[in-house]
Amino acid sequence: MRRIERCFERLSGQNRKALIPFVTAGDPQKDVTVPLMHAMVESGADIIELGVPFSDPMADGPVIQQACERSLAHGTSTRDVLSMVASFRETNSDTPVVLMGYLNPVEVMGYEAFAKAASEAGVDGVLLVDLPPEEALEVKPVMDAAGLDLIFLVAPTTSDARIKLIGEAGSGYLYYVSLKGVTGSASLNVEEVAGRVETIRNLAKLPIGVGFGIKDAESAQAVSRVADGVVVGSALVNQVDKHQNDPAAINQAISDILSAMRTAMDT
Amino acid sequence: MSERPDFSAFPDARGHFGPYGGCFVSETLMGALDELKAMYERLKDDPQFRADFDYDLAHYVGRPSPLYLAERWSKQLGGAKIWLKREDLNHTGAHKVNNTIGQALLAKHMGKPRVIAETGAGQHGVATATVAARLGLKCQVYMGAEDVERQKLNVYRMKLLGAEVIPVTSGSKTLKDAMNEAMRDWVTNVDDTFYIIGTVAGPHPYPQLVRDFQCIIGREAREQSLKQAGQLPDALVACVGGGSNAIGLFHPFLNDESVAMYGVEAAGDGIETGRHAAPLSAGRPGVLHGNRTYLMEDDDGQIIETHSVSAGLDYPGVGPEHAWLKDVGRVQYVGANDTEALAAFRELTQVEGIMPALESAHALAYTRKLAQTMSPEQNIVVNLSGRGDKDILTVAAIDGIEF
Repeated sequence: MRRIERCFERLSGQNRKALIPFVTAGDPQKDVTVPLMHAMVESGADIIELGVPFSDPMADGPVIQQACERSLAHGTSTRDVLSMVASFRETNSDTPVVLMGYLNPVEVMGYEAFAKAASEAGVDGVLLVDLPPEEALEVKPVMDAAGLDLIFLVAPTTSDARIKLIGEAGSGYLYYVSLKGVTGSASLNVEEVAGRVETIRNLAKLPIGVGFGIKDAESAQAVSRVADGVVVGSALVNQVDKHQNDPAAINQAISDILSAMRTAMDT
Repeated sequence: MSERPDFSAFPDARGHFGPYGGCFVSETLMGALDELKAMYERLKDDPQFRADFDYDLAHYVGRPSPLYLAERWSKQLGGAKIWLKREDLNHTGAHKVNNTIGQALLAKHMGKPRVIAETGAGQHGVATATVAARLGLKCQVYMGAEDVERQKLNVYRMKLLGAEVIPVTSGSKTLKDAMNEAMRDWVTNVDDTFYIIGTVAGPHPYPQLVRDFQCIIGREAREQSLKQAGQLPDALVACVGGGSNAIGLFHPFLNDESVAMYGVEAAGDGIETGRHAAPLSAGRPGVLHGNRTYLMEDDDGQIIETHSVSAGLDYPGVGPEHAWLKDVGRVQYVGANDTEALAAFRELTQVEGIMPALESAHALAYTRKLAQTMSPEQNIVVNLSGRGDKDILTVAAIDGIEF
């Protein structure tokens, strides 16, 4: 059984939901990321989404764009991100790691070379925000062969027919984008999310992670009541921005947020 | 030549031109693109829609634009006869308005009260603001902060037309960053907003519909060539940033095997310096802004900054149909650098009394070289995609003139 599937099965057995933090790899610099990944696991993270920096992250808001810019300014390459995962795996063999980014850096490396390197590094899943299932026909078998889950987004505007298609094309989990808009957008309507998650459950078999608009323990708790996983990104990356000259403070601030979310989700 | 595809049959149903094109966007936009695709499929051959479009082109834009024989310049160069397709005479001063009229009609049919656009040199922004004013649509235009600075005249024009111009300060502060911001806006406001893309790039169906709207250029040029020169042209030349004026001129001739075609990219300080905006000449295939195409990128797939004296060509990608036409060898893509473009700008102004946009000056710079390799019996049609008024401040600054 793959690591992501095992993770959701274990949590389901405990009647708990997955806490899925996102940070951009190499933000603000390369040596910050691996200790931060460990700190996030200690604070209750079940799956880590690691952003692969891209120069033109057009589906993300300003917070993530600036994180990409900081990371790229220190020369973080896709291979550097894979090295970070390999380093994390030296002492953690349980927590799934999902790389989240854009297609171009993967395409430049070559699908097969990327899949092989990612699998060897200990990556479990890949989410490419600008790759809908219709364009993934070449990528999908390559990821499958390497044992990597290809994770797709579902949006509030996604039709039922497309939810079915995405449910069949994807594996690992579905990432439901709870808002129209980019990452870091404003408010979250939990009732609306609950309704959509219900619809998605009827059309697709995969666990559902919900992201966009989750910024504190309260919103994490509310979403955890309806979804299988709660993704938190911009709220954490804001802390990286705020404490960018002090890695210890970054770890502390992010750990505090995740611990509070974990507690709220488990009660 | 016989192995060539039927160029009129592309893109395919999935929006691909060979390996290029497609629909590489965040899931939030897929619904809007499907809706646009369905609406365009329904309307593109609808007689009423076509009649509305043709009426606007004739009575609002001022078409057909003339095909002008640049007799004095041709004689001076001593080679082929050079004909200028006068898109500079269109309402708002460039070819861009052909497309914005078409997309505004689509927006109207889709009941969207707000339009957004990205712009580099400002010509597409002005054309969008113009149609928005005419139809009473709310309009916001994203423009790189650097371009806002070098195209002040067009920024003021857009404001006068009632549009809001939003300077984009991220990344290289030019056209690609404006496009990122426009995409973000669209993702957020997808219910009430129509995104009027200004070139033949972006996710399917944009490369197709922008091309179809711009093909009026090539259809007219074809007819005018037959009538005025008595034959099809031997060569076509157009500048290529995103490539909308070029594809508009080229497309109706693609199946005419005798017609050679040259797309002229911005070579900036020179291709060899790396400071240019010539993805077809010096880039490689990748995925950006919703489509697979040639890009200027580093070894890690990050998009690199471009340079051109012309804001309208300062883009690291290019329309996917051009990428395919390059690979299959139907169009040759060449470069003209800043110096050559500026020289052509001055030469046409002084010899023919026509001041070209700096974008078009790139096409003219290559034309002057090409013409000299051809004979006076041969004909070149070069697309004069826009007029140079908007670039006067740029040229004046190079000349050290302050107002």
